[in-house]
Amino acid sequence: MRDRTFAPSRILIYLLVSLFAAAYLAPLAVVVLNSLRTNQEIAQASMIGWPKQWAWSNYLAAWSGFCVAETCAGIRPYMLNSALVTIPATIFSTMLGAIAGYAVSLWRFRGDNWIYGIVTLGLFLPQQMRLLPWTIVLRDTGLINTLTGLVLIHTIQGLSFTTLFCRNYYIAIPHELIRAARIDGAGFFRIFWRIILPLSAPILIVTVIWQFTHIWNEFLYGVTFTTGQQQPVTAALIALSAAIADIPQHGVQSAAVIIAALPTLLIYLLGGRYFVRGLTAGAVK
Amino acid sequence: MTGTGAAAPRTGWPAISGVVRRLPEYLTIWVPLLLSAAHLVSFSLWTIWISFTPSTLVPVSGWVGLRNYTAVLASRNWKIAFDNLLLFGSAFVLLSLVTGLILAILLDQRIRGENVLRSIFLYPLAVSFVVTGTVWSWLLNPGLGIQKLVHDLGWTSFRFDWLVDRDMAIWTIVIAAIWQSSGFAMALFLAGLRSVDADIIKAAQIDGAGPIRTYWHVILPTLWPITITVVVVQLQFAISAFDLVRALTNGGPGIATQLPALVVYDLMFQRSQLGRGAAAAVLMLLILLAVLLPYAAWRYVQRRRATHA
Repeated sequence: MRDRTFAPSRILIYLLVSLFAAAYLAPLAVVVLNSLRTNQEIAQASMIGWPKQWAWSNYLAAWSGFCVAETCAGIRPYMLNSALVTIPATIFSTMLGAIAGYAVSLWRFRGDNWIYGIVTLGLFLPQQMRLLPWTIVLRDTGLINTLTGLVLIHTIQGLSFTTLFCRNYYIAIPHELIRAARIDGAGFFRIFWRIILPLSAPILIVTVIWQFTHIWNEFLYGVTFTTGQQQPVTAALIALSAAIADIPQHGVQSAAVIIAALPTLLIYLLGGRYFVRGLTAGAVK
Repeated sequence: MTGTGAAAPRTGWPAISGVVRRLPEYLTIWVPLLLSAAHLVSFSLWTIWISFTPSTLVPVSGWVGLRNYTAVLASRNWKIAFDNLLLFGSAFVLLSLVTGLILAILLDQRIRGENVLRSIFLYPLAVSFVVTGTVWSWLLNPGLGIQKLVHDLGWTSFRFDWLVDRDMAIWTIVIAAIWQSSGFAMALFLAGLRSVDADIIKAAQIDGAGPIRTYWHVILPTLWPITITVVVVQLQFAISAFDLVRALTNGGPGIATQLPALVVYDLMFQRSQLGRGAAAAVLMLLILLAVLLPYAAWRYVQRRRATHA
């Protein structure tokens, strides 16, 4: 089975693998092509087809033209919202997770196993169990319908993942390294800064990619805790399809979908290896 | 006397100053971890508490026992959602396992362009469920997508209208979910296939086993721990599926593709039935625990066996 001698079976393998690849790529191809067709052209034919004329103006309309509810600013404000939530929440949760992971794996303190165990339960607890408490907390702190509120939620909830990722990575660092540094008088922060952080590049990349992808793609909190102009782009996409259901503008909508998916797709293309490592690390809890 | 009086603060003082000196360290370690742990525990208890109160528009105190639970369990909405979850969960998990395994075996044949192909099978995981749901809602829409295309090509009796068919609509969610996340199963299976001991394979070939027999009797049996992990992760997704359904069918036609997470959202934020919404959320948690607790027990046994060996 692992040799190249039996030709017909190899042809079959390549045929099958190409068919699968085509099936996985088809939805993307359809949307990309649609984003370049005019709305009329799509209305006359189907969503699946080759552009007769290249309607690049769809992207301009999607970015800054079409209307959701009463505001006609395109998808741009919602993309900005998503960025303003995703970037700070990714940085905060990664930094705090790295320090927490280092503390529970190498520094060790009383109760570390207990608290680590509870924190990792966050990987399993459904979001629905936290919806009402978050609503009440955000309302009472005045953070409901603000981007700051979403940053807070994603930072605290992200800690479960980031702490797990970093802890599992740091646990492989020899304890003697830390012990020797402590005997030399180095403290918690100095060891983190001088020894741990320089070793952390791979796991920090994995964590940043994982957090960015998850927070950017998150929908439930976005749609529950923000409305109108404060919504992230995932929630805006749903509002958009509801808003223009009666006057279909599938060309513009396709362009909006592509724009909304672009940041995470680009990160995947640039850091695919790390993306997969995050997937498997998240699975083998 | 003065000696002991002076000695007491002398022993106490360094300890206190040590604590003060190390305060930034304690704060950095404990504040994030405590915030995370405290929100998990207190929010869970909070939701459980609300589920036993008569809360409707706002949370109120009071005790109604299991009334919210019986109301949710008796509602048509929940019954349909639960039946859908059973069907969607088992179909999605099974089919994505099979798809993932086939893809992994194909990629394991030392084919050209393996890296590119692997990227193609995995890219949907980088896309949000909202985007996936929206795109598939176009493709599966009989007036816009695949059915319309086939009609335009001349085969006008062709029918593929599951999206608007009450009995079949749940399968559109299965299709989109498999497209999105079978790559995950593939990635784990491929890693498993690559870690199979080459000597075992060689031994099987020397014994005269063909490729299919080698896979079936020698290689695949080593994959079952990975299979269990994949099943648990995918079930976890199925149980809390929300975004994908919201974007693809929004629970429709009617309430034909209702799932537990949609029932929770509907009760909490559209019908202002906070008590019942919380009860439905706790029921979701219980379903999840029915999957996760046996898994945790199994993992525990595996680990103990590994340390004893």
